[in-house]
Amino acid sequence: MTGLQQPGIAATTERGWFARHKWLLARRFSQFAILGLFLLGPWLGIWMVKGNLTSSRTLDVLPLTDPFIFLQSLATGYLPELTAIIGALLVVAFYLLVGGRVFCAWVCPVNIVTDTAHWSRRRLGINAASRLSPNARYWLLGAVLLLALITGSLAWELVNPVSVLHRGLIFGMGFGWLIILAIFLFDLLVSRRGWCGHLCPMGAFYSALGTHSLVRVRADRREHCNDCMDCYAVCPEPQVIRLALKGEQQGKGPVISSAHCTNCGRCIDVCSKEVFTFGSRFHNRPDASRQHQHSSGMEVPQ
Amino acid sequence: MMGSKPQISAARRRFLVDMARTAGGVALFAGGLGLYARQAHSLPSLAIRPPGARDEEQFLGSCIRCGLCVRDCPFDTLSLATLDDAVALGTPYFTARSIPCEMCDDIPCVKACPTGALNPELTDIDAARMGLAVLIDQENCLNFQGLRCEVCYSVCPSIDKAITLERHHNPRSDKHAVFIPVVHSDHCTGCGKCEKACVLEKAAIKILPMYLARGELGQHYRWGWEEKQKAGRSLVTPDQQHQYNLPEGQRYDYAGEGLIYEQGGELPFDADPLETLNRGLEQQR
Ligand code: SF4
Ligand code: SF4
Ligand code: SF4
Ligand code: SF4
Repeated sequence: MTGLQQPGIAATTERGWFARHKWLLARRFSQFAILGLFLLGPWLGIWMVKGNLTSSRTLDVLPLTDPFIFLQSLATGYLPELTAIIGALLVVAFYLLVGGRVFCAWVCPVNIVTDTAHWSRRRLGINAASRLSPNARYWLLGAVLLLALITGSLAWELVNPVSVLHRGLIFGMGFGWLIILAIFLFDLLVSRRGWCGHLCPMGAFYSALGTHSLVRVRADRREHCNDCMDCYAVCPEPQVIRLALKGEQQGKGPVISSAHCTNCGRCIDVCSKEVFTFGSRFHNRPDASRQHQHSSGMEVPQ
Repeated sequence: MMGSKPQISAARRRFLVDMARTAGGVALFAGGLGLYARQAHSLPSLAIRPPGARDEEQFLGSCIRCGLCVRDCPFDTLSLATLDDAVALGTPYFTARSIPCEMCDDIPCVKACPTGALNPELTDIDAARMGLAVLIDQENCLNFQGLRCEVCYSVCPSIDKAITLERHHNPRSDKHAVFIPVVHSDHCTGCGKCEKACVLEKAAIKILPMYLARGELGQHYRWGWEEKQKAGRSLVTPDQQHQYNLPEGQRYDYAGEGLIYEQGGELPFDADPLETLNRGLEQQR
């Protein structure tokens, strides 16, 4: 049980704390650094980045616009000006490359909240799990776009926790904390990974965006797996691992190709057998794992 | 064979139930949010949108709540609505009584907007229509009492165009004048400087959103005098004499002349007003 309550213990003892948390630290650094860039202005008067995640201007030249809110705006029947179009295209191009849900794991501030909820849940041994379909998020995504179409307004933005939190931290939160608290309690007490893993339509949008993205986690050394289940325990979308890890007999390649994978790299961290690594979506033949290893000359721990 | 059949249908049932649950939950959520969104459509009366904002309906679909307009306003006029405000969450607005819009010549807020929710076609700040100043409380306005406060008039960036002072007789003292501040919608930008400057505890002049400030004529209403001028002649009745039952030698001209007495006609009163006043008295004398 300790294994699952503190997954990665095996990895820690074999590889040290830092190696076991490498990607997690990188991710937290990325999340806080991005937030920090936005906060430099209002807190210290250093205006490198203005705006918030929905749209920003960096160093007064680079426009970036969230393609999800852009799409909602289109759905209301409004065509935004060129600046927003360029900004949205840049962001789309980026996530097509690195993986749609890289937004979730590396940028979104709510991820810190839901990860904390999940961590507390494990520590407190809370097992309550309501049955939610992981596909509910696509229904919600559809509903959000439909609402924009019907109401002609960005209805989702009245409650969207992602923008409530991010904009709130930068421009003032008000009672926005309530929405964030609700998400935290929901994930802690009601449903495991309830928000990010089942409901968030923004995550669904970025999943869809990254369906064919280039950068993927690969189980290249899957034959070394010793079934400790640590990766399943830490993965925010555990259903994405099985095919890549155990699918050799079924003729599946080692690439985690599900669009739900957030490229968070936690599985890479916790695996004591160093099964996982970041790579590309190519070379995904069932025997690719062994081949890849030999061609890339990746050393095998003794 | 027989054993596996109910099992499949059980799994299938479970799948269908799950799907129905999801669909139901989402529908419920969407319905609630839809209603909430409808409610959020109405802008509260003291929240003013930045210059160039499209009409509220379209603004709520085009403003992506980025706050770039807020950041580029040099006077910190604008802020983004939080959940505590009655304004749609995350959208920019200002409260005239706190910090009015200074009507920057280069309109940085409009330039900052990436989506065009603040319409980039607005290049002359005098053409902005953020709202309309309304001297809403005539009972407390000092100028209405005959004092010469008129701070609203003095601070107006479009002084003598957006606000003028109209001189009237002061019926209270019966010998002074009152100078009534009058706002003209063809020049008032709704910047809010007047509301900010009003010396009362609570401003007597307030900026209201257009939809509250303005009445609207029926579609079919026409001002007769304007139409007449446009057409160069009266459009209603051809110029012909009225068929009033008037005494000999009198007729009525509807074009503004009033009663006309033709030569030789009988006058109802004397040319000398005193005679008229004393009429009837001579007979008694
Ligand atoms: S699923 Fe939604 S809330 Fe969670 S990390 Fe992704 S965008 Fe953020
Ligand atoms: S015109 Fe100037 S003062 Fe007025 S809202 Fe825009 S930036 Fe601010
Ligand atoms: S800059 Fe435009 S899109 Fe951004 S908050 Fe202001 S009005 Fe909305
Ligand atoms: S709001 Fe007041 S100060 Fe501003 S233009 Fe109108 S009348 Fe003048």
